Amino acid sequence: MSPQPAGFDELRDLYQEVILDHGRKPRNHFRLEVFDASARGDNPMCGDRVEVFLRLADGRIEKASFLGRGCAISQASASLLTELVAGMTPAEAKTLGERLRDMARTGARDDSTPALERLSALSGVHEFPSRVKCATLAWHALDAALEGSKEASSE
Amino acid sequence: MDTVLTNRMDVARIRQDFPILSTQVRGKPLVFLDSGASAQKPRAVIEAMTRCMETAYANVHRGAYNLSEVATANFEAARVATQNFLGAEHAEEIVFTRNSTEAFNLVAHSFGRALLKHGQVVLVSEMEHHANLVPWQMLRDAGLGIGLRHIRVTDAGELDLEDYARHLARGDVGLVSVTHMSNVLGTVTPAALIARMAHEAGARVMFDGSQAAVHRAVDVRAIDADFYTFTGHKLYGPTGIGVLYGKRALLEAMPPFLGGGDMIETVTLEHSTWAAPPARFEAGTPAIIEAAGLLAAIEYVNAIGMDAIEAHERALVEHASATLSQVQGVTLLGGPQDRGGVFAFSLDAAHPHDLSTFLDRRGICVRAGRHCAEPLHARFGLESGTARASFGLYTTAGEIDALADALTAARKFFA
Repeated sequence: MSPQPAGFDELRDLYQEVILDHGRKPRNHFRLEVFDASARGDNPMCGDRVEVFLRLADGRIEKASFLGRGCAISQASASLLTELVAGMTPAEAKTLGERLRDMARTGARDDSTPALERLSALSGVHEFPSRVKCATLAWHALDAALEGSKEASSE
Repeated sequence: MDTVLTNRMDVARIRQDFPILSTQVRGKPLVFLDSGASAQKPRAVIEAMTRCMETAYANVHRGAYNLSEVATANFEAARVATQNFLGAEHAEEIVFTRNSTEAFNLVAHSFGRALLKHGQVVLVSEMEHHANLVPWQMLRDAGLGIGLRHIRVTDAGELDLEDYARHLARGDVGLVSVTHMSNVLGTVTPAALIARMAHEAGARVMFDGSQAAVHRAVDVRAIDADFYTFTGHKLYGPTGIGVLYGKRALLEAMPPFLGGGDMIETVTLEHSTWAAPPARFEAGTPAIIEAAGLLAAIEYVNAIGMDAIEAHERALVEHASATLSQVQGVTLLGGPQDRGGVFAFSLDAAHPHDLSTFLDRRGICVRAGRHCAEPLHARFGLESGTARASFGLYTTAGEIDALADALTAARKFFA
């Protein structure tokens, strides 16, 4: 194997296979036919956009989906969100978003739950300050949807 | 890396004038391909600003003591250098602003509100930087009955001159304000023709020279521009100083933009009368240190010669067109006949931001996004933006090759 150029390991930390995979093939990438809450997140600086749709039942998020465009990180984060928050209460989903934002800012992995373990793949963005918002955009939209406002901003 | 592309310009030696170009990024040489956003600074500019502060600093146009007179003379020398750089007839036609953006706001406010008439229209193009769009939208929305229309851009990324003629034929255009060189497509527009057509239709014309003035010799009289703007920091000078050229008769007919010191003739507690241009448009203490830097920057490019810079960049553009279009998965945006050193492109396997992060790890700086030209990206259906490589007089063919190699590697990485 030829030696990798400088910075390659950091790149692999950022673009772990799970990120590349979800970025290429986002899950739940459609608009729910019936939904109870939705909100759009825009990053005006780079044009990334994520709209989250939630169906609620019995005090839980029954199903989540998203539409959007943007970089691999913003789309992978949204894709992971739709898989992870299904079945959670709104409070649990918001707490998960808080933990993700902490990881994105500090880079400290938190593997204390299976959901957090999967999101840990996004902790690599802390090395790239301009990309932190990419990882958190969908989660801002989730908060806005749960709080009943239509728009979120990652600003 | 240090390829000498033309025998008129020793790029290897020029690169030594720019301290930042010998720094390393993660052990790799810095490949700076974002000069279109802001250019690096030669030692001559850095030292001129230091010298200004160390030996010749005081406020200008105020003190009756020698140091202030020296500072004023240096400041006005920058104005004369700018006048000559643009081929203007009078030094009074050069107004120092903060940047090009402020120059557009100045003209939109002072010319737009006072001299455009109800029912008249400002005509821009689809490929404008937001600086040459938003101020006119604000003018349109000010309730004065002034409209705003845009000239189409062709698929090749050129100004659609037939569409332009159709707009002018409607007889309501008061001001045409278009770029002299697109910051995204690199398109150099036919400024003299644009101005002649505008004047024949009774309209005034303003050019955004933020990019063009860096890459080509500009002669505002040959073009017959009514207004022309560029900014210091893209011309290897400092941030915080820009230039508005305006024909003397026009500037004299315009009311002030900002009020304050330095722009008045007499002041009572109730009223003031305005100073003559350019002072009328330079309220408050101006960018004194930055003017020293701008003067040094103009002297620096003059010493190399704008013709030599243009020849060097034409060779780079030719090399980049050939090289980048060979990279699998790369699509270049537009293909204008006359292109300055700017290439916007997309890579099929990666979003521009992911690509930019990848390139950054190899020491290559490109811009990613919509480059303050959102409508143009919408026009080409590229809502996610593009990556953009833009060249300066210190750019080498080797740096373009490094970009091409990295794009190939990025495609492998993200695919």
